[in-house]
Amino acid sequence: MNVDWPWPWLSRNVDTITEATGQHLYLALLPVLLGLVVSLLLGWAAARWSTVRAILIPLTGVLYTIPSLALITLVPLLLGTLIVDPLNVQVPLAIYTIALLVRSVTDALAAVPGDVTAAATAMGFRPLHRFVAVELPLAIPVIIAGLRVAMVSAMSLASVGALIGIGGLGGLITEGFKRNNAVEMVAAIVLIVVLALIIDALLLLVGRLITPWTKAQRQPASSGVAK
Amino acid sequence: MIEFQAVTKQYPDGTVAVDDLHLTVDDGQLTVFVGPSGCGKTTSLRMINRMIDPTSGTILLDGKDIREQDPPLLRRGIGYVIQHAGLFPHRTVLDNVATVPLLTGASRRAARSKAGELLELVGLPAGMGRRYPSQLSGGQQQRVGVARALAADPPVLLMDEPFSAVDPIVRDDLQQQLLRLQSELGKTIVFVTHDIDEAIKLGDRVAVFRVGGVLAQYDTPSALLARPADDFVSAFVGRDRGYRALGFLTANGIPVGPVATVSTGTAAGVARDKLADGWAVLVDGTNTPLGWLSDTQLSTVDSAKELAAADATSGGSLFEVDATAGGTAGSLRNALDAALSSPAALGIAVDSSGAVVGSVTADTVLSALADARRSGEVPA
Repeated sequence: MNVDWPWPWLSRNVDTITEATGQHLYLALLPVLLGLVVSLLLGWAAARWSTVRAILIPLTGVLYTIPSLALITLVPLLLGTLIVDPLNVQVPLAIYTIALLVRSVTDALAAVPGDVTAAATAMGFRPLHRFVAVELPLAIPVIIAGLRVAMVSAMSLASVGALIGIGGLGGLITEGFKRNNAVEMVAAIVLIVVLALIIDALLLLVGRLITPWTKAQRQPASSGVAK
Repeated sequence: MIEFQAVTKQYPDGTVAVDDLHLTVDDGQLTVFVGPSGCGKTTSLRMINRMIDPTSGTILLDGKDIREQDPPLLRRGIGYVIQHAGLFPHRTVLDNVATVPLLTGASRRAARSKAGELLELVGLPAGMGRRYPSQLSGGQQQRVGVARALAADPPVLLMDEPFSAVDPIVRDDLQQQLLRLQSELGKTIVFVTHDIDEAIKLGDRVAVFRVGGVLAQYDTPSALLARPADDFVSAFVGRDRGYRALGFLTANGIPVGPVATVSTGTAAGVARDKLADGWAVLVDGTNTPLGWLSDTQLSTVDSAKELAAADATSGGSLFEVDATAGGTAGSLRNALDAALSSPAALGIAVDSSGAVVGSVTADTVLSALADARRSGEVPA
């Protein structure tokens, strides 16, 4: 394998790398966000009706065990998309996200204390308002934890798309392999890891910012005020 | 006024939670539902705000059938306090209290300012409003729960075992505060508890339920203690009911006898000469009792030693009597307990500022009880 000094190749291919990075994010982020929305709806239904829960939870467990390559090659057959359509990667990623998140959302909603929801009902919240104003905010920490796992997996799984010719940073890896260009492969791998870490850190930060009460729970104030 | 008319709640599995309940809760009164677990007291409470709907029968709130009202709107007009407070962990204390005013369309600013007033009303500092519930003690959370229930100024307040999860001392504080609030606000309160002592202490009227959702007796606390309707009620109100009934008789007019007092700093030798029947009360500069001094104990102390609080035997509850106004005396129960719990067999009587004014004996309490019986104040 021919290891070039990396900078000349990198500087010649800034545009290619930028485009591949953008496409990678498009391939990975969009399905996760869509999967999150679907998971919230399914999780809400599963937390509300035990029959829905009894069906959904095992089903999502099975979905997650389908090999990604199989799913990516099956999607065009099932959806009738072209073999190089980004949807062929995005639909499986959305399915994996849902498989991961439905359980998180269901568990998080089920963990909202019964006396809190009972109090909300007794105060006069309507069911949808109660879900948005009380149950969902309390479920955020667990949902964010699930979302971080889903996001990092999606960043890595999106590169599998390159095997059927869909770009992204995975495309650089397969191309580098064909051209015997280690710099290209390493650059793509490093970028995937770094992007995943950045997104993970951002999610952690956003999660903390929108749940200020969890900080209060982690550090109970000293009892300076009289009973 | 809340009226239960032939209300029955039966679950699909056949369990009857409430069986043909007829009961009227009067306006401005604190009515307690009490009974063992499984007696339907909480179910009955939750039917008032439609958290549970009855299988048959009608509940009227101020003459209107509650089934004709939209549950969320009905609930916004009924305060609700739950065990463990059920505060929203993700909202600050102030925003918790502001919940119902916000739901009913008040501006955020108006709701928060009202919430601040309510925190003060339940005895919490305004600065606590910025905290989250997890930063408060159980007792503080329960106070916030009461403030939240009162925020929209509802005429009716439902309280579902609100004080059963806090320790006894805090519970006593919370009960006193509820009685104080009720005397100021005059709400129609329905209070559920499994604790008969709490029921008797708080209730204007008490409804005793038995397992199976049957109302066993609905009466004033004193009548409940004096004339339990049947063996179940009699067993439920407990063996000490004769003693507890003394709590409803004021001790006005029972004679307050003299008591020997010794100030702190007095030499032990001097104190020994002041004892009456071998006992004296050690008091501080404001005449507040610190404990009992006995003959036997002082004989072990050097005569020149100046007495301090540590030299006295503590013990004995205090019987509060307003010596000057003669008005707000404690109950016969307080007086008897003071006498029985004192090592000297003399209950220490104090005025409203806590200063010693004299003593009471168990004999005087018993003769006061005999007088009350003769005058018909106590049903024989």
